[in-house]
Amino acid sequence: MNAPMVRAEGVRKHFGKLEVLQGIDLTVERGQVCCLLGPSGSGKSTFLRCINHLETVDGGRLTVDGELVGYRQHGNKLHELREREVAERRRDIGMVFQRFNLFPHMTALDNVIEAPVKVGGVPRAAAREQARQLLEQVGLGDRAGYYPAQLSGGQQQRVAIARALAMKPKLMLFDEPTSALDPELVGDVLDVMRRLAADGMTMVVVTHEIGFAREVGDTAVFMDQGVVVEAGDPRQVLVDPEQERTRAFLSKVL
Amino acid sequence: MTDTTASFTTTSTPEAAVQDLEVVPVRNYGRWIAATASIMALVGLIGSLAKNDNLHWDVVATYLFADLIFDGLATTLWLTAAAMALGLGLGTLIAVMRLSTSPVLYGLANAFVWLFRGTPLLVQIIFWGYAAALYKYVKIGVPFTDITFLQAETNSLLTPAVAALLALGLNEAAYASEIVRAGIQSVDHGQAEAAHSLGMRPALTMRRIVLPQAMRVIIPPMGNETINMLKMTALVSVISAHDLMSNIQDVYAQNYQVIPMLVVASLWYLALVTLLGIPQAWLERRYGRGTAQAGHVSPLQRMLGGATGLTGRKNKETGR
Repeated sequence: MNAPMVRAEGVRKHFGKLEVLQGIDLTVERGQVCCLLGPSGSGKSTFLRCINHLETVDGGRLTVDGELVGYRQHGNKLHELREREVAERRRDIGMVFQRFNLFPHMTALDNVIEAPVKVGGVPRAAAREQARQLLEQVGLGDRAGYYPAQLSGGQQQRVAIARALAMKPKLMLFDEPTSALDPELVGDVLDVMRRLAADGMTMVVVTHEIGFAREVGDTAVFMDQGVVVEAGDPRQVLVDPEQERTRAFLSKVL
Repeated sequence: MTDTTASFTTTSTPEAAVQDLEVVPVRNYGRWIAATASIMALVGLIGSLAKNDNLHWDVVATYLFADLIFDGLATTLWLTAAAMALGLGLGTLIAVMRLSTSPVLYGLANAFVWLFRGTPLLVQIIFWGYAAALYKYVKIGVPFTDITFLQAETNSLLTPAVAALLALGLNEAAYASEIVRAGIQSVDHGQAEAAHSLGMRPALTMRRIVLPQAMRVIIPPMGNETINMLKMTALVSVISAHDLMSNIQDVYAQNYQVIPMLVVASLWYLALVTLLGIPQAWLERRYGRGTAQAGHVSPLQRMLGGATGLTGRKNKETGR
């Protein structure tokens, strides 16, 4: 039980000849919020997607709660698991996408109960009850019967968070959750994430919200061109970074 | 700048007069003329048809509701339904196979589509009708041994109705698979990723998330396919499967009233195709849930000039 929630050791990944991850080492302890920052193309989203095996890894080891997600280790070989087995392990890892990816043919409530009922085997009535509570938590108790197209971006993203939470994950991954939102809607989503962090959820957040990272993050990781440039206390890394590259990035986004 | 000021002064009217301004839409006098002309032409055509003795309306009336015709209709209807069910079921399977990463499944599916789409349907119907000439017995067992689980005479298995169903269903599967594949590919990949991130397996993701969304794209062309199928069942008359067209042919082979009998057939096909529009509209609404819909425009409204954005659908005709 003492294993960190996420441990990456020398994670490598390439798309064709392009090395998008050139040996990432990273540890996220239980209950911590780790914010990944960096310019686009730095590999931060790819790394996040490797954590729940939406992307395969070409080298290194990535464990969640001490367990490999997409692989089984035999001696010094990692055997890729079948989709069915991967699905089993992804249940505990919630993910929120930049473009929400709500199921458009289902209401907000149906979006939230889909996985608990069909994957978790939770009785429909119980799942509904839980879903209503979750929607209440994200401030959308009155929007349960709405279809995604009838909700604003911010509301959709909060439904997406509720949907991920419905599987009672031990780890939440956020892939630029506010990047596709109108500026005025960003706050509501960040508030929900802030509360989630305060409740002790372990979170890995790819974000451009420097303020959020400083305020909520336990660690900030600055990535560029597939390597971790600098990592540590966000109040250090994002205020007075040691590396010139980090400094240059911050001066541009702030 | 001076220009704006000038026009402002010349066109400005007193406040009260602006309130009284009336907006007059474009008057389409040409439409009225065209409508009158076409109605007159249509009335003339119908009148000449009605008065034409060679059409033998009495024969049409005698046979329009004859038992023989209803027997044929029943066959046509179940054949259409069964062939579409077989086509859609098998077509979906083939579509999934063609999208599979397995080269074996992909190759098999491609070969199937290549074969059944590449040969005339009429040839396929005749082939299945005369398959008994190729294999006298159907045996299921272990190849190259004497172990047999099931054996039957081909002729007793492959009745004209079964042959017709196989021919139409397999041919439809080839076309349906393309439609379903296009539908599946129209669904954003993020949907599958979201489902996977929730721990849903690939099969469940396909069934619950991808296919229901693909349906929106699949239904309009599949409606077309159903209408086509209803009419293509007429082809099975070549193996006398006792569908509507077979029975019509049997009658005019005896009484030589070819045209009146074809009118009977056409009236029934038209009636059935018209009825098919109802379930299609219902399905389109059901699978259109959650998408911002352009308001429904009834045919009447469309005729009166309210049509916008509905023309695209006409391009979905699948040439055959």
